[in-house]
Amino acid sequence: MNINMTLIGQMIAFAIFVWFCMKYVWPPITQALTERQQRIQEGLEEADRARAELHKANEQAEETLRESREEAARILDKTRVRANQMIEEARTDARAEGERMIANARSEIDSEIQQAKGELRAQVAALAIQGAERILESSIDEKKHREMVDRLAEEL
Amino acid sequence: MAGDAPSSTEYITHHLQNLTFGLHPDNGWSFAHGAEEAREMGFWAINVDTMGWSIATGLLFLWLFRYLAKTVTTGVPTGLQNALEMVFEFSNDIIRTSFNGKSKLIGPLALTLFCWIFFMNSLKWLPIDLFPQIAHKLGIEYMRIVPTSDPNATLGMGFGVFLLIIFYSIRNKGFGGFSKELAFNPFNHWSLVPFNLVLELIVLIVKPISLGLRLFGNMFAGEVIFIMISLLPFWAIWVLDVPWAIFHILVIALQAFIFAVLSVVYMSAAFEEH
Repeated sequence: MNINMTLIGQMIAFAIFVWFCMKYVWPPITQALTERQQRIQEGLEEADRARAELHKANEQAEETLRESREEAARILDKTRVRANQMIEEARTDARAEGERMIANARSEIDSEIQQAKGELRAQVAALAIQGAERILESSIDEKKHREMVDRLAEEL
Repeated sequence: MAGDAPSSTEYITHHLQNLTFGLHPDNGWSFAHGAEEAREMGFWAINVDTMGWSIATGLLFLWLFRYLAKTVTTGVPTGLQNALEMVFEFSNDIIRTSFNGKSKLIGPLALTLFCWIFFMNSLKWLPIDLFPQIAHKLGIEYMRIVPTSDPNATLGMGFGVFLLIIFYSIRNKGFGGFSKELAFNPFNHWSLVPFNLVLELIVLIVKPISLGLRLFGNMFAGEVIFIMISLLPFWAIWVLDVPWAIFHILVIALQAFIFAVLSVVYMSAAFEEH
């Protein structure tokens, strides 16, 4: 256990090992670990960004949904109002049409009544004259009593 | 225990003797047969087991992390890669908290020190008799497998760090700046320059010695206790061996960590401007 050349030998071995470590071991490992650190950092940043984007997208989707729901409600309201309006209009139109048709029919009936009355009157006059002719035979001058009978028929 | 039942003292000294190869004044270039011969070889001898095991563990460390360096991806790490990256991040954290300068060396230095010392210390978990027995069968007399319980190894690393401190201090502050720092700290007065110089030089030289001796002391003490425990009857060994080994999970990791952190802190001082 005395101090001897081993001391020098150990110093040389020490120097060689440190040199080898410095040359071939330390640099590649440090580089790889630094790169990995960078990659992890980038990954984390990306994740943060993605999360923020997702949040934004969610908000946007919600906003869009809300807007479309409102739009749908508005459209529905408008449609309901319009439908009511249309029903009302149709009802009014139908009523007007009906009334018009009734009025037409009435006036047609009226004119037919008038016509029938005229025809009836003419026939009554002719019948009356015929009857009177038969009763009176020749005693009645057609020309003379025509006027009278016509006036009679008029009064019917 | 090796061979024909040795006494406890023999057993302990046998376990604490490194496999030393060197120039013996009488036997020439040879392996030392015992502590006496190893001492006689003086400085120009080498502890083959310490060197061998420390280089093996160092290569294991480099091989593992070279594997990581080759397979590392910027994607999701898996399995072994994950574990190695954790160690890497750990040593990176040491630098981030204790080092204020900017250097390409400091990261690899901390990683190498921590992992290498950790692996060397970890050899202590292997059964205390396993490798000496194998070595004995192969005809090798001594085998201490924990390099960090040999002061040569720990002081070697300490002085390695020391040389780096000196080198970077001079490079960053200039020779003048570094000398001035030694001469005018802590008392900024010309009359106290010699006093400052003595003080600062002691502070400087104590750094590597404390690094090396702290690690050596912890590991050596642990090893001695493991050896003592293994002297107990075989049925009683595990009662003490297991708790001590579990306790060493802490010591092994902590000593590796302390060595690495202190080295980084000392290096940080070399990069700082006063």
